[in-house]
Amino acid sequence: MKEVVVLSGKGGTGKTSIVASFAALAQSKVLADCDVDAADLYLLLQPQTKQEHEFWSGQTAYIDNEKCNECGLCQEVCRFGAIENYLVDPISCEGCGFCFQICPVDAITMRENMSGHWFVSETRYGPLVHARLGIAQENSGKLVALVRQNAKHIAEEGNLGYIIVDGPPGIGCAVISSLSGADLALLITEPTLSGMHDLDRVLELCRYFGIPALVCINKYDINEKNSRQIESYCANQKVEVVSLIPFDNVVTEALVNGLPVVEFSDGRVKQEIYNLWRKVSERLTP
Amino acid sequence: MILSVASGKGGTGKTLIATSLALALSEKDKVQLLDCDVEEPNVDIFIRSNVTQSYPVFIPIPKVDEAKCNYCGKCAEVCAYNAIAVVNKKVLIFPDLCHGCGACSYLCPESAITEEGQEIGIVEKGNSGNIELIQGRLTIGQLMAPPIIREVKKHVSFKTEVIIDVSPGTSCPVVEAIKGSDFCLLVTEPTPFGLNDLSLAVEVVRELGIPCGVVINRAGIGDGKVEEYCGKQNIPVLLTIPLDTRIASFYSRGVPLVNGIPEWRGRFVKLFEEIKQKATLPGSPLSLRGLSRAKRGNSAKQSS
Repeated sequence: MKEVVVLSGKGGTGKTSIVASFAALAQSKVLADCDVDAADLYLLLQPQTKQEHEFWSGQTAYIDNEKCNECGLCQEVCRFGAIENYLVDPISCEGCGFCFQICPVDAITMRENMSGHWFVSETRYGPLVHARLGIAQENSGKLVALVRQNAKHIAEEGNLGYIIVDGPPGIGCAVISSLSGADLALLITEPTLSGMHDLDRVLELCRYFGIPALVCINKYDINEKNSRQIESYCANQKVEVVSLIPFDNVVTEALVNGLPVVEFSDGRVKQEIYNLWRKVSERLTP
Repeated sequence: MILSVASGKGGTGKTLIATSLALALSEKDKVQLLDCDVEEPNVDIFIRSNVTQSYPVFIPIPKVDEAKCNYCGKCAEVCAYNAIAVVNKKVLIFPDLCHGCGACSYLCPESAITEEGQEIGIVEKGNSGNIELIQGRLTIGQLMAPPIIREVKKHVSFKTEVIIDVSPGTSCPVVEAIKGSDFCLLVTEPTPFGLNDLSLAVEVVRELGIPCGVVINRAGIGDGKVEEYCGKQNIPVLLTIPLDTRIASFYSRGVPLVNGIPEWRGRFVKLFEEIKQKATLPGSPLSLRGLSRAKRGNSAKQSS
């Protein structure tokens, strides 16, 4: 069983559209949507939920005003500025429990947070593990880890060949949690200066964690000069550019119709994504 | 006014809007622009500031003096993040898990724990014309963006207008960046992904009690469901930017929209004026400025 995680650094480069197409192309796989705070893969795979689980993680401090003697020690020690006028701002509270530990009159309790949900679903392409982080909740990295763990479990149980992970944008906590220990990272970029800048950082992150990477330039023809620059940058970095996907409005049309683009149209985009999956799967199974 | 530009979905045009607003306003006044997308900061690609100051951001990580430590395990007991463990007369510290709350060092009965800074990123200050740019940059391999965002926001000026470029998503870095804003502009595109992520972002700003409005970018692709949603939710659509290959081309080369196509300048000035009007309505955060944060928070909750 091999795991590929699709990342980009910059958001909106086409990760989810490509993963949905891989879902239609790949045999024997489980899908994992690790973009838990803006999960969109389900919109294209139309899953039927088989299991729903609550995700409890972290704590929030709560001050009992009856017991509080307004000594102010909690406010003094809180480094997150979460306590003002003997009231906890639950959004700022990081749940460290420092205030709870030092309150001289035991007026503070720590309450568990219900931080979201995760799901195991069936799609016509195979099983999907996905999640929804609670509104303004923390610990997305832990939820991502939970999604990946369960996808791995399903792959092992069903003896499936691939875990295909739709990753979040950025390079922080949730991305690191999606990436660490994967077999391969597929980096989707676009020929804009922002896309190039962000590719450089996410590629460096892959190096940092020792994960081999491949690059795909999406919408390569919106600026062919920049695309050539990305190709020469990747050549210097010794990273293979495995695909150049042209800009085509069929990608959006497929999205509006709730279908992976490879099932929606027969054009160049489909051919290119087909080749891309072939190269990715070859790399995963040498 | 503090105006944050967020979106839920990535790649919808947050940076395009934030830089255009700042440049349009800077023709007449000084403006502060904060790049709080510290994982992938892209504002300076468009603003090209002269960096005048750059300094590292640290979070305090515990350091144990083995000579004083008697391995009582209090530190491990109080750490909510499992960042410190005491096993077989050894104290193990996992800096990646530490949030730097300081509980372990304060509560150690032997005073055996001090703190040392671990660098997690940098903050840079710079100028470009009338724009003062402050940007944060997370070090590759580091997990925690919020402390860098907090550091960037320490520079918020109360003398000028402030525009904050936010990272995509809806989790902690986004909350940290938009917290305390007087208004949040949500940039989306008219597709099912754009709509889904917009609705998540709306829930976040409502939870924070911040008024919001929407910008629809790449209008003409996709469908009309974003507008339908905004109508139902009573969220104003303040600006619509059509799908235009010229705009995409300028963006790809790092040319700000208002420089590439100057007629957009006036539209962004107007957009800002309209937002300012909305943000100063009675009961809005800006009209409550001067009250303590807790009171503002309460009032926002009551009015929602």
